[in-house]
Amino acid sequence: MPDQLIFGMEVFLNGLMAGVLYALVALGFVLIYKASGIFNYAQGVMALFSALTLVGIMEGQIPFAHLINAIFGTELHHFGWHVPGILAIVLTMAVMVLLAICVQKFVFRHLVGQEPIILFMATIGLAYFLEGVGDLMWGSEIKKLDVGLPQGINLAIDETTFGWFGYGFFIDNLDIVATIIAALLVAVLVIFAQYTKQGRAMRAVADDHQAALSVGVSLNFIWVMVWSVAGFVALVAGIMWGTKSGVQFSLSLIALKALPVLMLGGFTSIPGAIVGGLIIGVGEKLFEFAIGPLVGGATENWFAYVLALIFLVFRPQGLFGEKIIERV
Amino acid sequence: MLDASDSYVTEDGRTIGAVVMEMKNITLRFGGVVAIKDISFDIREGEIRAIIGPNGAGKSSMLNVISGFYNPQEGQVFYKGKQRPQMRPYQVARQGIARTFQNIALFEGMTVLDNIMTGRLHHTKANIWQQAFWKGKAEAEEVANREVVEKIIDFLEIQSIRKTPVGRLPYGLKKRVELARALAAEPSILLLDEPMAGMNVEEKEDMSRFILDVNDEFGTTIALIEHDMGVVMDLSDRVVVMDYGQKIGDGTPDEVRNNQAVIDAYLGVAHD
Repeated sequence: MPDQLIFGMEVFLNGLMAGVLYALVALGFVLIYKASGIFNYAQGVMALFSALTLVGIMEGQIPFAHLINAIFGTELHHFGWHVPGILAIVLTMAVMVLLAICVQKFVFRHLVGQEPIILFMATIGLAYFLEGVGDLMWGSEIKKLDVGLPQGINLAIDETTFGWFGYGFFIDNLDIVATIIAALLVAVLVIFAQYTKQGRAMRAVADDHQAALSVGVSLNFIWVMVWSVAGFVALVAGIMWGTKSGVQFSLSLIALKALPVLMLGGFTSIPGAIVGGLIIGVGEKLFEFAIGPLVGGATENWFAYVLALIFLVFRPQGLFGEKIIERV
Repeated sequence: MLDASDSYVTEDGRTIGAVVMEMKNITLRFGGVVAIKDISFDIREGEIRAIIGPNGAGKSSMLNVISGFYNPQEGQVFYKGKQRPQMRPYQVARQGIARTFQNIALFEGMTVLDNIMTGRLHHTKANIWQQAFWKGKAEAEEVANREVVEKIIDFLEIQSIRKTPVGRLPYGLKKRVELARALAAEPSILLLDEPMAGMNVEEKEDMSRFILDVNDEFGTTIALIEHDMGVVMDLSDRVVVMDYGQKIGDGTPDEVRNNQAVIDAYLGVAHD
């Protein structure tokens, strides 16, 4: 087999894995959008915030330590204990639920019935607020996140492929774990949305507030639930990206990569988020591999956005989005 | 006069029971506008109770008070003999008061079947894990819910559109689906806000027949608002007439028809 083809296959596989990570972030967007009609600009920052909180809890950091020290002249930084990964994840989830309750109580409850653009603006505000609070609570230095996920080259795949082609593929263990977790996450979300009472109520609320009320659905409860689920998805994405590239401010920018994914897959489709993520992941890696050398490289920076632009022109609802039909 | 706990049998052989809901001195204001002024009336079990009146009389506001969408500034609501505290609409719905809307509120993206199934939401008692893993009572409940829904679908003759997304249906059918969803909750009181608004004569006749059948077959107590006097007089057992937020008449269709205040409100009064 020619070398180029083998390299291409490796690039393809790595693209799929990267795509899964994009899809993870995009999922959070789709979920909130489907359930409440809000485009949540803060999803990326929520991932950052959850990762910061997770590291903070694991390391036994004192929240708002800098603030406390500045006011009281103390030198507090750590509680002096370490919390095991699983417990820390559970505690972080509790924080995200608390955040969901606050977001509902202090922001969105007061914006019921407003235009979508107003709600969108509110989420931009929320993004900046969370970014600031995250820094204030846990400090802004780059942190290492290790909840015990396997990392590094997968030797089994390396050896198997070496046996086949005489060339070992480099596949990161973390990417494999991310793929499995993403698949599980999607299965859980689909079962939740389709087969449980709460999931049905959630879809009902997304469709029509009045009608939902008239069949006995509490809007407040559903919205808190939706934001909690989004917080959960953000936490999963935060763990994956945080483990991969460290917990730092740039994590919040992965949200930008989710936008082309959403335009490709459609804002209203969970499968769309997955497929869109995979296409972007594979597309940008293969494009860089095939075309990159001809144009001087660095195509990964813009490929996704150009692809999204093309989609906007020819298929604005995305691959799986609901087609907008205006009845005249 | 009948007592609150009395029951009687109508000419067509239906039994009308005790008072199930009583509105006492309800006053509702929006800022300086008085939408409902000191109105009292009751609804008896098994009856069809109509609220009629000219445009802007406060009929829909009254229905919204009953279903918890508005909270009146003054007055009390008694439901099944107990005074009802201030409630949110979803709490009222869970108490067994289902409603339809004047401007149809359906889940446009869902199929007819899914829409009607949402009416069963608060009858689902299995917890989230049982439902997700299809264990415990989840399966039995889902089957039971589906049975109720299928019976209603048959009853309202909408079998053929079961899988159609509601957004694609014509107006008259949407109204029927909304009625089906309200019925699926097996309500003790069914509130219909202008069930026949915007329909042609044929559709009105169909809808009237369904309302009568629902009342007859399931024994559902129905309170409805309607503009069309002819329809109301044929359908209902008792009628409340409202005008400018006040009650100007209350009684059987015949009593109301001969009430001078009602005639004046509908036909106008000569100014001399």
